[in-house]
Amino acid sequence: MTYKTIASASGRLFREIYRFAAFHWEVLRRTVRPPYYGATVWEQMDRIGVDSLLIVMLVGFFTGFVLAFQTGYAMMRFGAKIYVGGIVAVSLVRELGPVLIAMVFAGRVGAGITAELGAMQVSEQIDAMRALATDPLRKLVLTRVLASVAMLPALVIVGDLVGIAGGLLVGVMNLGLTVSFYKSSVVNALVFNDLFSGFIKPVVFGAMISMVACYYGLTTSGGTKGVGEAVTRTVVVSSVLIFLLDAVITKLLFLIGM
Amino acid sequence: MIQLIDISKEFDGKQVLKGVSLELHDGETLVILGRSGCGKSVTLKIILRLLTQDSGRIVIDGEDTTDYPEELMMPLRKRMGMLFQGAALFDSLTVSENVAYALREHTRLSEQQVEAKVAECLAFVEMSGTQRLMPSELSGGMKKRVALARAMALDPKYMFYDEPTTGLDPLTSRKINELIKKLQAEHKVSSIVVTHEIANAFQVADRFAVIKDGEILLSGTADEIKGSKMKFIQDFIKGGVISNANQ
Repeated sequence: MTYKTIASASGRLFREIYRFAAFHWEVLRRTVRPPYYGATVWEQMDRIGVDSLLIVMLVGFFTGFVLAFQTGYAMMRFGAKIYVGGIVAVSLVRELGPVLIAMVFAGRVGAGITAELGAMQVSEQIDAMRALATDPLRKLVLTRVLASVAMLPALVIVGDLVGIAGGLLVGVMNLGLTVSFYKSSVVNALVFNDLFSGFIKPVVFGAMISMVACYYGLTTSGGTKGVGEAVTRTVVVSSVLIFLLDAVITKLLFLIGM
Repeated sequence: MIQLIDISKEFDGKQVLKGVSLELHDGETLVILGRSGCGKSVTLKIILRLLTQDSGRIVIDGEDTTDYPEELMMPLRKRMGMLFQGAALFDSLTVSENVAYALREHTRLSEQQVEAKVAECLAFVEMSGTQRLMPSELSGGMKKRVALARAMALDPKYMFYDEPTTGLDPLTSRKINELIKKLQAEHKVSSIVVTHEIANAFQVADRFAVIKDGEILLSGTADEIKGSKMKFIQDFIKGGVISNANQ
């Protein structure tokens, strides 16, 4: 790779980061003053949240199920299977629930938002909306960001609970634990810091995924092929940013003692 | 009145508009004529600030909108309607919801009043009874007519038509042209029609501006266009091969 190629690629990357940051600023600016399109936010919460419930429950259940199996198998060697409930709960609430469900959210909701806005962009519907004196950043972006920020934490809570239930099934059926013992193991293990960490991550992930999805949707060009490329970019960038932000938030929380 | 003064626009190093100056007088229909890709649609989008020019000024009803941010353009856009080349109907909304869109966004009309206005606009474009249909159920010509109904819902002072008859059969094209003239006559709308279809252009135009290679080649009435000796314009009128030469 020549110096010129590297310089040109770096230039493109910095321009993209600048445009993405400017897009954030434009959306953020619009949170200060109405209109907020409450009815559209509500409708989006239904589409984004309620419609994702089944897949989130499936992912949560099987994660808890497998986690209990694997930890139970490992812990049995040390005679420590009594800690399985606590380990499943803490792992799910602090880390696995937020990250895995955010990945599912990026694939289902993020990709859907990009495809929808991208199709609107290439068929001039976004221009039509602006020509009809409506601000797409308010009507389309802010509503989806607010709905995502509200619904991803709710989905993660549901996923965590179902995951803990999945662990319970393994605990009772395969590890010989009683329901009350598993329950007390979970309750004793979880502290406020775990719940806080498990709540703040999906809030950040929800905002990030929806912003990435809207950005790539609204900057789509090149017809239907462009829509496909924009969707791929959304899923890839969101997935990478989920892990990156997860590491940053985890480090920050440890720094402040959480 | 809308004035475009010395407008230039470049895309990826290609100069699309080179110092274009135009005036749209109240009540008239100005047709911008030119080959595909010569910057006609870009001119419309610049007036509405869907695109921003690189240089030049735009004055709308005496207001210099050149440096207006998006927020200040919103009230101006309520006075303008745009018919997009592909109709650009919101495909997740019904015909009725499309036409009612601007009314619900910008007016305090009751639902009953909105429905009455939607029915009136659809009747104007002879699409009554299609309220519940989805855009995917409409033909190309029907989509254009619904899009016209949507654009006129707020009773705009200015209408912009981007290739309104492209891709339509001659009868449907004639219907669209009649609607453009009817809107001008009954609603006193000033219009800019962008097209490369000369026959349709002569049906609706009060005045022409011919664009070639991003510049205004000639501006004038139908007779002046017909009488022009420029080869490009004569070729255009005859529908023959369009020369790259100016004369």
